[in-house]
Amino acid sequence: MLGEVGNGLRRNLSMAISVVLVTMVSMYLLGLGLLAQRQADTMKGYWYDRVQVSVYLCNDNPTQPNCQGKAATDQQKATIKGQLQQLPEVKAVFYESEQEAFDRFKEQFRNSPVVSNNLKVGDIPDSFRVQLKDPSKFAVVTSQFEGAPGVASVQDQEKVLKPFFRVINLVTLFAVLLAALMVACSALLIMTTVRQVAFARRREIGIMRLVGASNATIRTPFIVETVLSGLLGAVLAVGLLWATVHFLFNRLLSQILYDRALIGDTDVWFVAPWMVAVVVVVAVVTSMLTLWRYLRV
Amino acid sequence: MIRFDHVTKTYPRSTRPALFDVSITIDRGEFVFIVGPSGSGKSTVLRLALREEQATSGAVLVAGQDLGRLPLRKVPRLRRDIGTVFQDFRLLGNKNVFQNVAFALQVLGKSGHYIRQVVPETLELVGLDGKAKRMPHELSGGEQQRVAIARAVVNRPSILLCDEPTGNLDPAISLDIVHLLDRINQTGTTIVMATHDDDIVNDMRRRVVELSDGVVVRDEEDSLYLPKGDVG
Repeated sequence: MLGEVGNGLRRNLSMAISVVLVTMVSMYLLGLGLLAQRQADTMKGYWYDRVQVSVYLCNDNPTQPNCQGKAATDQQKATIKGQLQQLPEVKAVFYESEQEAFDRFKEQFRNSPVVSNNLKVGDIPDSFRVQLKDPSKFAVVTSQFEGAPGVASVQDQEKVLKPFFRVINLVTLFAVLLAALMVACSALLIMTTVRQVAFARRREIGIMRLVGASNATIRTPFIVETVLSGLLGAVLAVGLLWATVHFLFNRLLSQILYDRALIGDTDVWFVAPWMVAVVVVVAVVTSMLTLWRYLRV
Repeated sequence: MIRFDHVTKTYPRSTRPALFDVSITIDRGEFVFIVGPSGSGKSTVLRLALREEQATSGAVLVAGQDLGRLPLRKVPRLRRDIGTVFQDFRLLGNKNVFQNVAFALQVLGKSGHYIRQVVPETLELVGLDGKAKRMPHELSGGEQQRVAIARAVVNRPSILLCDEPTGNLDPAISLDIVHLLDRINQTGTTIVMATHDDDIVNDMRRRVVELSDGVVVRDEEDSLYLPKGDVG
């Protein structure tokens, strides 16, 4: 009889540990999914801040038909600038001369001399760089200035970034789907564990029902146990996530990328409450459902 | 206290009813034996009274409640007024005598002070004073059944249902147990005992309800295991 008790305890312990571990892994993946979402948002924000609409002006040897073979006059330039600054969507307007455009290109392609050595001043026309309050509203600028006198072309960088964002969104979606699958897995495992624990304690439960213990009295210990082991798993997952972000992203990746468009520790603390909430809800709902079926009066 | 009114019970996946048109009325403070061979429906009567099963047709009334209309959430309250004793004792092997009896009060949320007062009184009533610290496996079968009886009556139920309580005990011990039940009956507790132990029934001379194939074939006061006049 004592052996049976010891056996049951050991079995419950191993089941409790497996609930902790599966919760940890699934919550870690869920956290990664949520962090991927935040990473995508951070990157979007970072790039959107730098997204500019470039209004290229006609120069001395224009190829665009709109220029009619002539460079934009100073008066045309002044008109364009004035009109840009009056648009409510526009945040700021900068003028970039041919020389500045040449220097920037040289700097950006300094590692590929073949490209940069063949470029001379004037190959890139001068332009107005327009920063928008909402980068997605670029169409306003395009429609208004495409074909205006002195304008060679209007180019929006958002168009260039779009495929890149699409990939990021797909990856995020995949991560979240995977995490949802893991949450379902942990719900099923919690279900099996609760049933197993209830089976190991069927004598106690039988007596409790016989002497008229209320359903709440019978169920509460199970729910508390699953919630506790779930919470332990969630805490471990948050720790693991923090370690991942702190050591992998902030130490390693930021050294390679020299970039501030990365998530940090604060993002982990933002995601953590969601993970804990998911665990509590999953643990309570699954153990209630399991017990409701298992412990019917 | 307990009334069966034309009760028929057919278990799922069974063609023959376990009870058929059974009507019994048991008054407050009675001591009733339910006798009959295995499979005659004795246990079904007790299970219906405990609301572990529901009647297929007819009405079961216990302690003023119509069990067919009792909502599930009120079943625990009903069972607090019914004590139950089984052939296999159903004690918790990892708890000692005191803890086994106290368990019934703890899960009802009774205070520790109340438990420490009532449990020793109950153990004394069933003749187990001085054995509170023993573990179930250290006790004889008769003593284990006394622990089970103590647990069943510690909450002062008005009804005590016993399903073959002496089935695992030898005759002398069995008589002791039934005399203990008789003492409990004298404090006003209604006792319904299912048994096929003829010695006990003949010794006690109480009301006997005999079941055969789910039908009441005899219901007599001060009776014997076999019908009066039927010698053999």
